[in-house]
Parts: sequence; C-alpha cells; structure tokens
Amino acid sequence: MSLTVLTPGWQTSVQDGGRRGFAALGVGASGAMDDVSRRLANILVGNVDNAAALEITLRGPRLRLDADCVVALTGAALDGLPMWRPVAVRAGTEIALGTMQRGAYAYLAIAGGIGSAAVLGSRSADIVAGFNAALAAGDVLPVLPAGVPHRELWGRFHARPLAGDSENRNVVAANWSLNPRSWFDLDPHNRIGVIEGAHFAQLAENAQRALFDSTFRVGGDSSRMGLRLHNVHLDLREALELVSAGVVPGTMQLPPSGDPIVLMAEAPTCGGYPRIGHVIGVDLPRLAQRRPGDSVRFARVALDAAQTRYLERERALLALARTIKDRLQ
Amino acid sequence: MSAPRIEALGDCAALIHCGDAIDANINARALAIARALIDANLPGITDIAPSYAGVCVRYDPGAWTGADAHSPFERLALRLGAFVENAHTDASTNAGIIEIPVSYGGDSGPDLDDVAAHAGLMREAVVELHSGAEYRVAMLGFTPGFAYLLGLPDVLHMPRRATPRTRVPAGSVAIGGAQTGVYPRETPGGWHLIGRTESALFDPARDPPALLKPGMRIRFVVR
Repeated sequence: MSLTVLTPGWQTSVQDGGRRGFAALGVGASGAMDDVSRRLANILVGNVDNAAALEITLRGPRLRLDADCVVALTGAALDGLPMWRPVAVRAGTEIALGTMQRGAYAYLAIAGGIGSAAVLGSRSADIVAGFNAALAAGDVLPVLPAGVPHRELWGRFHARPLAGDSENRNVVAANWSLNPRSWFDLDPHNRIGVIEGAHFAQLAENAQRALFDSTFRVGGDSSRMGLRLHNVHLDLREALELVSAGVVPGTMQLPPSGDPIVLMAEAPTCGGYPRIGHVIGVDLPRLAQRRPGDSVRFARVALDAAQTRYLERERALLALARTIKDRLQ
Repeated sequence: MSAPRIEALGDCAALIHCGDAIDANINARALAIARALIDANLPGITDIAPSYAGVCVRYDPGAWTGADAHSPFERLALRLGAFVENAHTDASTNAGIIEIPVSYGGDSGPDLDDVAAHAGLMREAVVELHSGAEYRVAMLGFTPGFAYLLGLPDVLHMPRRATPRTRVPAGSVAIGGAQTGVYPRETPGGWHLIGRTESALFDPARDPPALLKPGMRIRFVVR
C-alpha cells in the first residue's frame, strides 16, 4: 500500500519519534514539532508510539491512498477530514487538506504507519541537516500493514446508506472522538513554562524580570530549528565568551542581538550562546503551535515540578493509548 | 580536580562540565567520561555527546524515578557524578592518523590570502603550517559530521568573518578563531576558507557515517 503526494502544501514531512544515538556525530534528534499531537494521531489509528506520520505546516497537502485505509488527523485545525478520530478512507480517494487559521502544525497518521526509508535509524526529515527532504508533488510513500483491524469503523463504513445523502461516500469517521483539550492548546494567553538556564543569573536585572513579565512575539524567521522571539530585548550584565557546549530542543539561547531563540525539533547538538532558560518538556509542543506573529509569555517552573508534570503526561498518554487500542479491535 | 558541575539542560538532558576552556586536557577528560558512559549503558539514556569541555546526556526522566523524594535529575546527577570521579583520562586512542588531502588556495580556498595577510606570512607558509600540524578531533557539531579540531598553530588564529557567507561549499577547509575544521556539506558559515577536500566527511548510508570521531588524530596533506 502506498500514499501519493499530489501537492505538498506549505511544508509537509515525514516525522517519527526522532533520531537517537548520533548526537556525538553532530546529528540532532529531529522528529515532530508537536510530538504529542503526532503520538495522539498514532494512538487513534492503533499504531505504535514511534510510527512515522505526516507533519503538515500551515497549509495542507493533497494526497491519495491506493488502498482502503484508516487515518487520523490531529493538531491545528484543518478542513478536509474530521479531526481527532479514526476515519476510514476508500482506496483512490483524494484527501485535500485546507489551510490552518490558527496554530502551525497538524499530523496525519495512517494505520500501519508510513514505511519510507530510515536514515540513521529514523524516518524523520531533518530539513536543516539534509536527511529526508520535505515532500514534493509526485512523491510516493510506502505504508506498512495496519496493526489493528478497525472492525467497528469498517462495519460502519459498509453499513452506510448507499444513496440519499450528500456526505462524501468514500470517507466515514468514527462516531466518537478524542477531546483534545488536555493535550492540545493554542491559546496565546496560556504561559509557556521555562526552567532557568545556567546563564539566567548573568542577565541584567531588568532582563531577568522581562523574561517572565513581558510578551514576546514569534518571528517570521522561525523554523523547525528554532523559534525566534522578538519584541523584548534581553541584555546580559556583561558579554559572555562561552565554549560551545551541548544544547537540546527547548534550550533558550540569547545571541548578541538580545532576541532569544528557543531551539526546537531540529536543534543543533551544540551552541555557544548563553543558555538563559529551557522550555519544559510538556510545554514544548504547545510552543511549537505558536505561529509567526503570535504572542508568547513565559512562566518560571522549577525543574522537579517540570519533571513531575512530564511523568504525569507520559502516564496519561499510556493509559489513553490502552483505552483506545481496546476500542479499535 | 574540583567536583564537576552537572547542569540541567531542561527536564530531559544534563550537561557534565569538565572545565570552561578550549584545552586539550579538559577535552580529553570529556571524551573519557563520554566513553565510560557509553560503555556503562545506563537505563533511559537516549544520547551522549561530548563537546570541548563537557558531555551532554539526553535521558528519559521515566527511567530515573524512585521511591524517595529525589527528582529524576537529582538521581541521574548522583550517578553521573560517580562516573566523572572514576573516568580515567586516557588521551591516547589506538587509531592511527587520518589523512585528509586538501587543495589549498585558489577557488578552493578564497580566503587563503586574507589569512596570510592577517598572520603576516606568505601563503606558502600558511599552507606549510596548516598541513604540518597534527590535530585532534575535540567534538562534532554545527552540522552532521562537522569536526572542531584542536591543534591549530597560534599564528594562524584569526577572528571569524564579520559577515558569514550564506553558502560555503562542501569540503571547505576553514579557520575560525583558534579552530580549524571541514564543512561536510554546503551550509552557511563564518570561517575563513583556505582549501577544499574531496573526502566525504559525512555519509548517512556509510557505517560509521562520520569520517571523523571525537578523539581521532588527523593531518591535512597538500594535494
């Protein structure tokens, strides 16, 4: 079974759980910007957590699948398919996804997962590093065999009336859906948690206050590598000369311009700018959904509180995956 | 040696500090700690990357929980602290010297004359110095396979370009500050380009994918 890209949208790429074990060679993790939405899409079609899905940016692609399949669309709202639920799609149907009005990333998982070639142990595109480019019109991606039968959904598909309604007859959605509220958040009023970084204390006093009291704006020069934040300049007490050291997604660096950068999925493995903070793991997917022009406010979070929330989220995702898997049998 | 500092890089990574300078002894210690950590195969460690003066350890907090009041980071940091105490600094790697053939100057190295002028040397002397030195790979980063090398002769040190190039050709051999290195692929870059090599620095389909690894000794050979 395969998926054909008719048009790629603004930027669509294959993303799984990311690359591990090659940071010593300068290879970053990559993976999804909003990895929770990617994982939820996989859960909704009965895939394993690490399965590769499509990451869709701002404007959606047009796609066609050459066999009957079950898909799920999560993340920022898009026209074209009912969201946050499994959807059965007939072979040959064109899936045309629209443009996001809010948010930046959506995820389309296909039962079985995308089976494109892995590079260094991951199917994820790393656009900056040049592994697995963004999709282009005409690309054909293999799809792996589905892990669960989706009996209820196919039952509904075959039981639908043969005539008499205007619904798309090639697409049938489950009559239940996941409530995204506790997993997905676009509200720019909600603060993003930040742990103070090693060089926070080297910020000027007013800059220390400004980091948590001011409203930043996401720059148009942001990418999967990092979100550039404008509107508030942060100054150091005095210039710091640092030896290049490890950085990770979530690290907030302060280049000499005074505009902080939060490193995202395609973060480099090392950097020499002051590390003034780190966006907490549970809020990184929420920050990823802020698009250029959106506002961002930060809240100070202690490391142990951040780790507690991280563990709670992982437990909740595991429980949700079990519940939904039972339902998909 | 004073106790190392272990910095939390957010909630899923930690940075072991071995010092604050670009220094061969500090780097050798970082590489030894990274090697010991790889051999130890601790639970929930997803990546280990040495840098000039430290080691970045990415981990899954779920693998470092326990019954007491310690956070996963505290528990991991205790364990990492023990590693740092016990890691032997063994700077000698048994690998031989990797030779990298370089075409210096001309279109391959458009900044060779600038480097010569800055050093107050003839361009031939720059080539002789650069290719005469033995280097050690301190770390990889910036882009996959980009090696930061220790051992650049002092006289060749030169501040980075004021305006970085938007495109540096793959294989460019360059000088930036006290460092020298090779660009594995075409990227933007702010170092001075003195030559170019045809050696493939990074190929994800190859095993190992990177030609250079931290700790390796290398030499540039004029071709």
